[in-house]
Amino acid sequence: MMKDHTTTRMIKDKAFRVIVIFLACFAMLPLLLILYYITRNGIAVINWEFLTQLPRPIGEAGGGVFNAVIGTGMLIILSSILAIPFGITTGIYLSERSEGKIANIVRLCVVVLQGTPSIVIGIIAYIWVVAPFQSFSAISGGVALSTMMLPVIIKSTEETLKLMPYHLKEASLALGVPYYKTILKVILPTGLSGILTGILLSVARITGETAPLLFTAFGNQFMNWNLFKPIDSLPYRIFYYAMSPYPEWHTFAWGASFILVVVVLGFNLIARGVAVKWKVQF
Amino acid sequence: MESTVLKVDNFSAYFGDNQVLKNINLETSTNLVTALMGPSGCGKTTLIRCVNRMHELIPGTSVTGNMYLKDLDVYAMEPIVLRRKIGMVFQKPNPFPMMSIYDNVVAGYKLNGIRLKKDEFDNIVERSLKGSALWDEVKDSLQKKGTFLSGGQQQRLCIARALAMNPEILLLDEPTSALDPKSTSAIEELIVELKKTVTMLLVTHNIAQAARVSDYTAFIYLGELVEFGPTEKMFTVPKDKRTEEYLTGKFG
Amino acid sequence: MLEEKMIALRKELIESATLVEGMIDKSITGLMRKDSILLTEVIEKDEPKANDSEISIEELCTTMIAQYEPRAKDLRTILMVMKMNNDLERVGDHAVNIAECSLFLIERPSLKPLLDIPRMAEESVGMLKDAIEAFIREDALLAAMVCERDNIVDNLGQQILRELITFMGADPTTIERSMRLLNIARNLERIGDLSTNISEDVIFMVEGRVIKHHRDQEGG
Repeated sequence: MMKDHTTTRMIKDKAFRVIVIFLACFAMLPLLLILYYITRNGIAVINWEFLTQLPRPIGEAGGGVFNAVIGTGMLIILSSILAIPFGITTGIYLSERSEGKIANIVRLCVVVLQGTPSIVIGIIAYIWVVAPFQSFSAISGGVALSTMMLPVIIKSTEETLKLMPYHLKEASLALGVPYYKTILKVILPTGLSGILTGILLSVARITGETAPLLFTAFGNQFMNWNLFKPIDSLPYRIFYYAMSPYPEWHTFAWGASFILVVVVLGFNLIARGVAVKWKVQF
Repeated sequence: MESTVLKVDNFSAYFGDNQVLKNINLETSTNLVTALMGPSGCGKTTLIRCVNRMHELIPGTSVTGNMYLKDLDVYAMEPIVLRRKIGMVFQKPNPFPMMSIYDNVVAGYKLNGIRLKKDEFDNIVERSLKGSALWDEVKDSLQKKGTFLSGGQQQRLCIARALAMNPEILLLDEPTSALDPKSTSAIEELIVELKKTVTMLLVTHNIAQAARVSDYTAFIYLGELVEFGPTEKMFTVPKDKRTEEYLTGKFG
Repeated sequence: MLEEKMIALRKELIESATLVEGMIDKSITGLMRKDSILLTEVIEKDEPKANDSEISIEELCTTMIAQYEPRAKDLRTILMVMKMNNDLERVGDHAVNIAECSLFLIERPSLKPLLDIPRMAEESVGMLKDAIEAFIREDALLAAMVCERDNIVDNLGQQILRELITFMGADPTTIERSMRLLNIARNLERIGDLSTNISEDVIFMVEGRVIKHHRDQEGG
């Protein structure tokens, strides 16, 4: 009797394990399929010309996505400049105040912001920046994207700083270091890995955002270094090429998608590397 | 001639409405170790934290009475100025993990923006690490991070960091509670050695430790200073019945 | 911490022993040379010093036990030092008795040339010196040898008793002086016994073995 019981249990255990592994592999399937398709279709297009040349009008062969790559880079820089200072300071504020009316309101806003659809954010940026200046611009794109970065940076900064052990603060304060300096010179540097990870993850997120850019940065056939004018970006270019009726442009879309996936994957992997390698042991 | 370094005068402390220290009166003299002993929750940690006003980090605390560091009124000073004159070592060793051993020792200067020449810093580092009996073990790896040291070494690093500021008094809040027996006895020997040049106030829940290293002992129970006197006398002929009971293990 | 105090304790005990040994030497020398100044020194200068030393050592032992929770050999050492301290104080008292009896005797004509008393003194003081030496060197063997010499001192004492009984029987006027001499002999015998005690304490300190009251011989 006892033996039967044990056998049944062992079978159940094995079955459970097999099912879990199977489901895990199944869950990875979409990712693997995406990577496979994009690589298969996109990698053929990648060459030096593709990366360094501007798009040609239809009819002409060749061309590239140089402006889109540069544009994405500029948008990343712009939105980071806007989002990082506000994000980190808000994160510091929230980590210091675990209770309090204002803190709770701020937290609520962060949650709401995180759940706001990206296209709505794009429309808001349009109303704020595009309409008053009567022009699509890189800056408006930066504003939209930075708004999307904020919740991630705020949350990760808050969580990282909350994890900082209290005795670190004590050590600094006992040396006669003022509170604000303790935060700036001791706590922040110690939590740098976590904060940096948050920033990199938020960058990875916005690199591929398309909807907000439709109303703000708008896209540009040509190379544009002027922040007050529309600017191209990889997601936008992919959208533009993919929606077109021309097969050649479709292949370009695959190529641009490949670049985009590599970039986003790259940011994610770097973020992970930073989190592991730079993590400070107390 | 002994002179008074710290004078605690009719001092009481409150957490909200709860009185945790009741009219404490004691004095610590130069280059001696005064131990605060008592059962958990008696108020000894609160008392030591009131000396450098670290208790003010907890909201809702208030105090009455006075404390004097040499001639200065502790509660009339700026806390920051006060804390630079007092060194503190905590229960859990807490070197700054992002800094090298060298930078840890002079952290009190660097974090406060006090600029000195490189030679002067070098001297301070050597003097402080020698003072905390850590110099020989780390002199060749001063640029390494402080967290690579063992627990006992980290604690000695924290002591060096405190000594670097030339404090008027060194506060030790259960400095060996988190250490293994070998490190504990190394720190105790260090304290006995440091006595020659540094005045110390030590909180310990280990009666035997208070007996071994201190010159004067204060027994605190339920927020009251039950007895205060030379350690030799207190451990052989305590005056108060409660002290006698605590020492013979009847409670605590 | 404890080590330093142990070194200081041993030093104090050795100094105390040296003082007491000196007291015996002075008393006997004072008797032999009829030197009343020497004898008075023992009574008036040396004894107070010995008493102070006893109190000081006792206090030191008490605080060491209270503060340092000594164990094993350290504990045995401190406890035995306390006992030896007591015994040394008594040896000092005996030396004082000898000095007092001597003061009486030197003012009167001597009964006989003193041979046995000095021999007995030499033997007792030798035992004491060796016992202390055994303590210093932590030498249990030397200490054991001291215990065995107690017989020699006792026999000498018996000899002196017989001789003096003869004197007293022959001439009643010698009784007072004889009694004093006998007293001195008794004191020297007691010094021998106390030296044996000290040696037994040394053996316990070094080896943890109890040999007093002939425990050893009973196979226990």
